[in-house]
Amino acid sequence: MSDRTPAGGPQPGSEAFEAELRDEIRRELETHASEGGGPEIVELRDVWLSFGDHEVLRGVSLGVARGGTLCILGGSGVGKSTILRLMLRLLLPDRGEVLIEGRDISAVSRPEALALRERMGMVFQGSALFDSLNVFDNVAFPLYEHTTLAEDEIRERVEEVLSFVDLDPAVVLPLLPSALSGGMRKRVAIARAIAHRPPILLFDEPTSGLDPITTRRIDELILKLRRELHVCVVVVTHDVRSASRIATETALLRDGEIIFSGTPEEMHATEDRYVRAFRG
Amino acid sequence: MRSNAFWRSGEHTSIPERAPKIVPDGSARRSAARLARDAVLRMAFAVEAYCRLFVRVSRACLSQPFYRGDLVQQMDTIGVASIFIVMLTGLFTGMVLALQSAVEMERFGATVYIGRLVGASTIRELGPVLTALIVTGRAGAGMAAALGAMRVTEQVDALRTMGVDPIRKLVVPRFLAALVMLPVVTIIGDAVAILGGLLIAVLTLDFTAQLYINSVWDTLAQSGFVLRVIPIDLIQGLVKPFTFGGIIALTSCFHGLRAEGGTEGVGRATTRAVVTSSILILAADYFLTQILLAMFQW
Repeated sequence: MSDRTPAGGPQPGSEAFEAELRDEIRRELETHASEGGGPEIVELRDVWLSFGDHEVLRGVSLGVARGGTLCILGGSGVGKSTILRLMLRLLLPDRGEVLIEGRDISAVSRPEALALRERMGMVFQGSALFDSLNVFDNVAFPLYEHTTLAEDEIRERVEEVLSFVDLDPAVVLPLLPSALSGGMRKRVAIARAIAHRPPILLFDEPTSGLDPITTRRIDELILKLRRELHVCVVVVTHDVRSASRIATETALLRDGEIIFSGTPEEMHATEDRYVRAFRG
Repeated sequence: MRSNAFWRSGEHTSIPERAPKIVPDGSARRSAARLARDAVLRMAFAVEAYCRLFVRVSRACLSQPFYRGDLVQQMDTIGVASIFIVMLTGLFTGMVLALQSAVEMERFGATVYIGRLVGASTIRELGPVLTALIVTGRAGAGMAAALGAMRVTEQVDALRTMGVDPIRKLVVPRFLAALVMLPVVTIIGDAVAILGGLLIAVLTLDFTAQLYINSVWDTLAQSGFVLRVIPIDLIQGLVKPFTFGGIIALTSCFHGLRAEGGTEGVGRATTRAVVTSSILILAADYFLTQILLAMFQW
């Protein structure tokens, strides 16, 4: 898409343009898929982690395939966000493997880890938009850092991803994050995460602190990401209703262990007392 | 406490606090000796982390990628934006120095040396130290608060997830900007302080401007010249702010990147940054003076 010139082709923002964008992204993803990696694009194998004497994760194993959405559920402070930090190598496990597209990100060299990180986009709980930069600069940041796109191509890409997350570029581009509502901040954060088209998206509590209508919108956006961009999504949340809407796989974490994993339907059907108590 | 593996990774940008935390357990058995040992250990680990940050920053200064835009922005924030307050401080310092020295020197009939006293004390000591303390309070606190806020709102982590080294992006531009701008604002502050002394000398002590300026120049010339044109006093007056600039930036960034615990943690980090920087500046001033005195044989 970056090589496409607007002249002669569909106009940015038009349906034809978006359809072409999606086709292109799909082709890119298929190319990436054929380059290697097993069916599980993100996988944790027997991961142990402790902070001092406190064991946070005890033999956690889970995984998600391309095009799937894994929701990691659990109460506060059980280590859900820690799993995302392991996937990004912001933490290293004491034991076990953290496989990203078949390669253990905790064992590779630092440059290789950086390359693997570029295959992921992360949406933080508090959005983590850069306060001093406006929306354009926030969304364009990974493009300036990791691509050689020209200025007009970057602007075009920023406008595309903002349109994808249902924000009007003309309105939001010059705004600072402090001028945005919680839902808009979250959507800008999603736009920033998908701007460089990573095949893996990680969400940390994407709906916490949002009202039910905005929560629904974010859920629909995550579904749209999977449906239209075919990305692999890992979501950490304590919101069972939200997880039921968006997940293809769920995993329930308790005391550092996965005590249940399966589809949302299986989670609702299980008779396990804790799972039943958790889903309410 | 973080896992050992985390620190081994070398990936972290927040500076580790690896020493054991003191957890009040309500037990009387915990001895004062153990508390003291924990405090010393924490201090030792903090010093180690500070040194490691210095090494990382020094290496990053010499390699790509380099964020020129951020450097220019920081030069503006640290230097240009500090000029007015530094000038104000310099003006009143120079005026007070002239007034006080006039009172004392009049007893010995030595008021003619007021220019020498104001010039020497300003260029050698007061200018660099006062400017550094002012910049610490203004720009150093700002650096620590900005980086602390970025840390507690996960913006630093966001940088890392995008494959950007926060040391290069956040610390290096501030470090270099402080190294360059501190000497510049110090020279401006020195000049205004000498001007402040001139105002008092001319307006209240019936000096001529020429006499005062000659007196200032005499003291600069007295200590000798490097390369025949640069007064040694001025070298001292520039070596110090250069060092102080590094101390301010490094200390402020160090505490900012260690901020934990929300907005309260940012406040604590800012206070620590200002206090630590101020102490380090005063200590460094003493040792630098010793070294420079030894080097130039005053």
